[in-house]
Amino acid sequence: MTFSQRHFLGIEGLSRDELLFVLNTAESFREISEREVKKVPTLRGKTIINLFYESSTRTRSSFEIAAKRLSADAINISASTSSVNKGETLMDTARNLCAMRPAALVLRHPASGAPHLLARLNQCPVINAGDGTHEHPTQALLDVMTIREHLGDIHGKTVAIVGDILHSRVARSNILALTTLGAQVRLIGPPTLLPPEFSRWGAERHTDLRAGLAGVDAIMMLRLQRERQTRNFFPSLDEYARRFCLTVEALREAKPNVIILHPGPMNRGVEIDSRVADGPYSVILEQVTNGVAVRMAVLYLLTTQERLATRDQSVANGQAVGQEGSDVQAEPSVWDEHTLPKRAVGQ
Amino acid sequence: MRRVVQNGTVIDPVNGLEANLDLLTEEGVIRELGQPGGFASVEAQRIDASGCVVVPGLIDMHVHLREPGYEYKETVLTGTQAAVAGGFTAVACMANTNPVNDNGAVTRFIVEQARSVGLARVFPIGALSKGLHGEELAEIGEMIEAGAVAISDDGRPVMDANLMRRALEYCSMFDVPISVHEEDLHLSSGGSMNEGPTSVRLGIRGVPSVAEDVMVARDIALARLTGGRVHIAHISTRRAVDSVRQAKAEGLAVTTEVAPHHFTLTEEAVEGYNTNAKMSPPLRLADDVAAMKEGLRDGTIDAIATDHAPHHRDEKEVEFDQAAHGVTGLETALSLTLRLVQDGVLSLSEAVQKLTMNPARILGLPYGTLSVGRPADLTLFDTQASWQVKPLASRSRSQNTPFAGWELTGKVRLTMVDGRIVYDDREQEGQPA
Repeated sequence: MTFSQRHFLGIEGLSRDELLFVLNTAESFREISEREVKKVPTLRGKTIINLFYESSTRTRSSFEIAAKRLSADAINISASTSSVNKGETLMDTARNLCAMRPAALVLRHPASGAPHLLARLNQCPVINAGDGTHEHPTQALLDVMTIREHLGDIHGKTVAIVGDILHSRVARSNILALTTLGAQVRLIGPPTLLPPEFSRWGAERHTDLRAGLAGVDAIMMLRLQRERQTRNFFPSLDEYARRFCLTVEALREAKPNVIILHPGPMNRGVEIDSRVADGPYSVILEQVTNGVAVRMAVLYLLTTQERLATRDQSVANGQAVGQEGSDVQAEPSVWDEHTLPKRAVGQ
Repeated sequence: MRRVVQNGTVIDPVNGLEANLDLLTEEGVIRELGQPGGFASVEAQRIDASGCVVVPGLIDMHVHLREPGYEYKETVLTGTQAAVAGGFTAVACMANTNPVNDNGAVTRFIVEQARSVGLARVFPIGALSKGLHGEELAEIGEMIEAGAVAISDDGRPVMDANLMRRALEYCSMFDVPISVHEEDLHLSSGGSMNEGPTSVRLGIRGVPSVAEDVMVARDIALARLTGGRVHIAHISTRRAVDSVRQAKAEGLAVTTEVAPHHFTLTEEAVEGYNTNAKMSPPLRLADDVAAMKEGLRDGTIDAIATDHAPHHRDEKEVEFDQAAHGVTGLETALSLTLRLVQDGVLSLSEAVQKLTMNPARILGLPYGTLSVGRPADLTLFDTQASWQVKPLASRSRSQNTPFAGWELTGKVRLTMVDGRIVYDDREQEGQPA
């Protein structure tokens, strides 16, 4: 199987087979991060631009590390230090960056649909690193990868997602990924943050934390944005925490081998108690480790597809393609150092 | 100069006419209607309307011409060029210009611009509040003396119920309607599309239907209290149509209009973050679209008005939540209305009525009819000819239509204002006289 998407904009629209393909690809990449020399030449000579219009520690460094471990050149641009401050539009920024011929553009943006706008320019593959309250597809992949690692096949598992579902791109992407892979999804939160439309996605809704957690295999806590309080989605952080904070007591409702995920950054004592976050059931840091593998997989799949598509054009332009020629038959074995062309190693 | 429009089917709802008739105009006025061939001996320029319907010039009671202040989006010239190409001989333009049309000087400026352009008739709608701020009444009497035909803060709701009450009371002395953009801003809460399955999926903050419903209910209550004339602009929800239906049954002076996009498209047109499907009120659900058709059919909805809202490409080619609200509509309205006729929602005569007689009555205009002695404002269109919507071919200065690429049926062939041909798309003939 090959991955035929030109852009990676969301989980929506991906088939079960495509999801599994990306996950399997990510799993085979994970080993690279365990090596002493954490680098393979797979994307050598390619430039990845991380364009971040929102502050981010995890996602941005994860994409950057993923690119670098594949030997791509990673450039980070954040809105606060770019021409955005001079009033340049997103489209113009993107047009200019694309003119520098990156292999992929990774975008984090506060507006839902911003990566779709760039994808319409269609000048290079666009990877959604979180758009507004819409999707955060690589986060869902790393979450699913982590659940698979601990619980095996996702099919038939029950996963609770707790917190501000309404405003969460992590929740949207996860509901789609988990239901596509055959999991039962329960959404838990106050009714103000739990839009009824999600029932159409096959998810159950619960406003009682303990009832919602009964018998679940995995619990995914969401970050509660403190500013939601000022817009009256709940009266106070204290009252929210009293009902929806994941405590040791609430955890007892779940299956004995339950795992706990959180996309970070955590509000300790608001949505999650520190004893739970740092406890034996927490897989929160494994998520972060898996995040690098997932992003390596996505960067790899998108930028090598691109190469396939543009190779003829490169030949026409008289560019050297011989060097890349041998890894064009890219299949999941390519990132294994030993199958790479000899001259690429160690350069 | 005399003209004979011959061999067409004349539809004039005011006079209950739908027949094959010839029509004689003289000195800009409709002189006589007669049996086909009846004016054969009259010396006149002949306009062959074979295969066409001849109707009173269409009247769009809700457009944005953007002049003064936003000439990069549209001007009185380009807007009325689009109007006559769409078969409209008169448009009423909203006050959200820059400066706002909240005083007689701006009203007079718009009237003068329209006069010098000389295409469609332009009737300014004056602001209800100074600067559209929703705080103090604008100089309503002065604007009406200068030619304003209605009052509206369109684009913005009148959130202050007491201001709305006073405006209704005050305007009753001029007998002009107050056109209201119905949206409770607390409920819409900065949303940029309909609140529903699509907004949840796309992660876009939604405007719930109830934001419109509660304001329509409020303004009907104020119409009852004051006896004032409330015109609900661009109605879009089933509950709002229900409320207007009840208000009419009660005999209140409440009227309403619907825009073609609201009886044609659902919120799903936003799919892919299509900013050309972003407008206020937003596209709703299939059930609301059905309610628009029911309301048109049973007469609850009086008029079809475009809410023609041109915006520059730069204001649409941006992140969805930052994109400007509004779509163009003057050139597609007639064809989209004819779809209702094809679908059996309206008869052709009823459709014409909602584009001519009814808006003329609401605004108190002496147009929208082919009665003898009235100004010769008329439109010829071919109900069978089809065409494709090509935004770049639009006469409007802007191209923000959600109907790009659509195949539509019904093509305007000729538009006449005051007996002058202002638009001519007849195949065999040359340029406008």
